Amino acid sequence: MGSISLRNVKKSFGDVQIIPDISLDIKEGEFVVFVGPSGCGKSTLLRLIAGLEDTSSGTILLDGEDMTKAPPARRGLAMVFQSYALYPHMTVRDNIAFPLKMAKASKEEIDRKVEYAARTLNLSSYLDRRPRALSGGQRQRVAIGRAIVREPKAFLFDEPLSNLDAALRVNMRLEITELHQQLKTTMIYVTHDQVEAMTMADRIVVLNAGNVEQFGSPLDLYKKPANRFVAGFIGSPKMNFVDGPEAAKHNAHSIGVRPEHFLLSRENIPGTWKGTVGVAEQLGSDTFLHVHVDGLGLMTIRTDGDQTFSHGDDVYLTPDATRIYRFDAAGLAI
Amino acid sequence: MARNVSVQTKIGFTIAAWAIALLLFSPILWVVLTAFKTEAEAIANTPTFLPQNFTLENFGAVQDRSDYFKHAFNSIVVSVGSTLLGLLIGIPAAWAMAFAPTKRTKDVLMWMLSTKMMPAVGVLIPIYLIFRDLRLLDTLQGLTIIMTLINLPIIIWMLYTYFKEIPIDILEAARMDGAELYNEIVHVLIPMALPGIASTLLLNVILAWNEAFWTITLTSGRAGTLTAFISSFSSPQGLFLAKLSAASLLAIAPILLMGWFSQKQLVRGLTFGAVK
Repeated sequence: MGSISLRNVKKSFGDVQIIPDISLDIKEGEFVVFVGPSGCGKSTLLRLIAGLEDTSSGTILLDGEDMTKAPPARRGLAMVFQSYALYPHMTVRDNIAFPLKMAKASKEEIDRKVEYAARTLNLSSYLDRRPRALSGGQRQRVAIGRAIVREPKAFLFDEPLSNLDAALRVNMRLEITELHQQLKTTMIYVTHDQVEAMTMADRIVVLNAGNVEQFGSPLDLYKKPANRFVAGFIGSPKMNFVDGPEAAKHNAHSIGVRPEHFLLSRENIPGTWKGTVGVAEQLGSDTFLHVHVDGLGLMTIRTDGDQTFSHGDDVYLTPDATRIYRFDAAGLAI
Repeated sequence: MARNVSVQTKIGFTIAAWAIALLLFSPILWVVLTAFKTEAEAIANTPTFLPQNFTLENFGAVQDRSDYFKHAFNSIVVSVGSTLLGLLIGIPAAWAMAFAPTKRTKDVLMWMLSTKMMPAVGVLIPIYLIFRDLRLLDTLQGLTIIMTLINLPIIIWMLYTYFKEIPIDILEAARMDGAELYNEIVHVLIPMALPGIASTLLLNVILAWNEAFWTITLTSGRAGTLTAFISSFSSPQGLFLAKLSAASLLAIAPILLMGWFSQKQLVRGLTFGAVK
């Protein structure tokens, strides 16, 4: 239970094409993250799967069954919204019980499942409160509780952590990952945050302008990006790109080097790139140096937290030769 | 908000506010006072302010002549009935316009409003003929239908405005939770829009209660409401001011009381969404 297939799915709003043509196969029990910059169509794609938007053409299969025209209520999926979308006029208990009431479950079944969900999500002492009396994290848990009780074929998450503060976001990220390990239900998770994508996903779909740029495991995407877009999008800080003669030396139109794949020195070693430190961002564990490299532009370098470079220092960079990514004129990886 | 207002200004504004309020209230006050005067006193050349010979005989006379309670009953049936019918039609209509709009939705809204721009008398003859042919003249059913129709644009507009304030995410969550359209509207939309629906209901009961044009033209004896009741005292016996006042007072009293008790709800509903 829980495989999702898209076959040549297209979506336009009026004359604006959001999704030109997407085919995807999501396996049962998989945690798949849709990631991409804002406006790339990732939320639209999720809403198409949910049934909240109609496809312009193409087929959506859930467990092999054609659900393209089925209304959301019949698809057996559960969704967690960015805004939580709790029912403000109902208590936490009634919020969680709502899908069960809609499914005409018995009173005993409703009580049992609500209690179970509340215990799993540490909500037991809040069951009689209204959503407005809860914190952001608690509200998000209620939204997840409401999704769990349905025992859906798959969970759909639409940027569920965007409204939370940074510390809570990390906690909830872990909780959702644990929930997936525990329930083993298919999950599709939409985010623009590539760190969430890397840490949570079994497989990541990188979207850009409505097209799938690459679909693979987080480490695949990091190590073997299919093109320049994926290379630039996955990894933090972003990969540095170099065009022109420096790239031609590697028989490529452009080359990319990740910030963590440089050797730094203060001495001039022949063949290295000379630059001047602009800003040094110290995170404690790491330091990000923004270096103005002569003739190549601004580059970001990740180095350890104990380094002593500061603004205005001269620095010599040696890219790790085994970890240089090469791209052709169309931006495809060579 | 701290504002620098002098005591003189404050006193000035307070007096002005009371003066305007009393000015607006004075016709009603006059009606109330006249209702307790004798006919002779009511038309006296030197008008009195308070009744000199306090009397209740006007109320008895009014009831004897044209059955107040029958007209009040008709008013209740028509105002409440037309409002409930209007909500029954208006809620799904407003749902569609607020949550599933098309390119033409704004045009439809404007078109509905435009029907209120034409004077009612402009469609008097076709409506009268339709009512005659359908045998709806002087019936409560007919009056309820016409009242629903004339107030429907306002009902839909008000509901549309309230519904627009409700985040569509919550309705979509209900759909994901397995709610079909009926459950989405009954269990999620209506409870969330309840303040707005309540003020729509109150306002429309008041509008239907006070409607006079269609009531007077489409009814005679049987289905007349309180507005027809008042008017029956005005024209032929134009000089019976005290009785006319007594009739008016009886007609407006129920709706005045309802408005008084629900004013909090009315104000809340009418300003709903002004401040998030």
